[in-house]
Amino acid sequence: MVETTTRRIEVEHIMGTAISIDLRDAGVEDVVMETAFDWLREADARFSTYQPQSEISRLGRGEVTVEECHPDVGDVLMLCEDLREETEGVFNAWRCRPDGRLDPSGVVKGWAVERAAGILRRGGARNFCVNAGGDVVCRGEPEPGRAWRIGIRHPREAGAVAAVVHGYDLAVATSGAYERGDHIVDARTGMPSRTLLSLTVAGPSLTSADAYATAGFAMGSAGVEWVAARPGYAPFAVTASGRVQYSDAFADLLVGGNPGRSATRGR
Amino acid sequence: MPTRAAVAIVATAIAVVLLFSFKTPAQARPRTPAADVSQASPTPSASPSPTDSSAPTPTPTNPGPTYKDGTYTGQDFQNQFGDTQVKVTISGGRITNVQALQLPYDRQRSAEISQYAAPQLHDEVLQAQSAQIDSLSGATYTSDAYAQSVQSALDQAHG
Repeated sequence: MVETTTRRIEVEHIMGTAISIDLRDAGVEDVVMETAFDWLREADARFSTYQPQSEISRLGRGEVTVEECHPDVGDVLMLCEDLREETEGVFNAWRCRPDGRLDPSGVVKGWAVERAAGILRRGGARNFCVNAGGDVVCRGEPEPGRAWRIGIRHPREAGAVAAVVHGYDLAVATSGAYERGDHIVDARTGMPSRTLLSLTVAGPSLTSADAYATAGFAMGSAGVEWVAARPGYAPFAVTASGRVQYSDAFADLLVGGNPGRSATRGR
Repeated sequence: MPTRAAVAIVATAIAVVLLFSFKTPAQARPRTPAADVSQASPTPSASPSPTDSSAPTPTPTNPGPTYKDGTYTGQDFQNQFGDTQVKVTISGGRITNVQALQLPYDRQRSAEISQYAAPQLHDEVLQAQSAQIDSLSGATYTSDAYAQSVQSALDQAHG
């Protein structure tokens, strides 16, 4: 094959999932990618609810105050509070676990990966894609003159895509219960939503895309319109009955084969 | 990015296309014509160099990433349906075969899923391949499940 673009791909297992960085720039030093991975490991150590000695676990048990934690903890809790207000309590980091412990996991990954993308950019990278267990942020282009193409996994067929979107600076996050079960609940009721199989959110920042995907999925079918009302963000949902729902803004991102163009489009 | 800057409450488009059904065969899903699949292997040679500066205009049919030839065997992994392992063959820069090496038969539900999934898996991974994607978004998979994911194949084959 003709190698037309420099490509470096590294995969590391962090936050309980695989995170890959696909870097298409020549001349970016290896240490830049290492720094991004170091940051993701650091965020995992600080925010993991699976590690009893992480700051977030200690904070949840009341052993330390927010002021005694790293400033990032305060930043993440602020994000959680904003999202709690924006969702009128559907997302609530203080009330999403059966044991009532603090769990900001719904926003941490997107926030941490968006910041990793910032590290790559500051290190001189312009064209790259970071995939953190299915949450994707891409910047620039994969090869000259072409936009990144991001497939959205079919919720019941691991090898199939339900849609493909494209863009040059694009973040795409998907929430669903098909990989790890009913881990997303409506914090007001403690119940998981089963009306959607998956909810994907595309937009400029993975911090918001991930947060909106999590919260919108917990809302069930109402979450699709809720996400559509977030400025700059676009939803794509697969419902339990096997239909897809998406906003006009999402339709603009679709590559060819738009599954809904020829069908009735509600207004 | 092409998303509109301000989105009011945008009506959601409801596609009546059935994307899938557990019992429904493949033709219910949007898919590429069979011809695309059967002609898959030698096509990358037809693609001009995308960096050719004399042809700067990209087209939607611009070929996607090509993959490094070889056979990639995913790790054996367990999910709620049992053990699964896949082997992906890349030839001429494209995924030409996906073989399920182990399939779950241990429980009644597993058997149902397995019988359904076995013949489908082959076609469906080809379908993802034919979509020419750079990366795949989905619900967060575990580190173990990554080994058999399409994303893992994309990451490996690019290397």
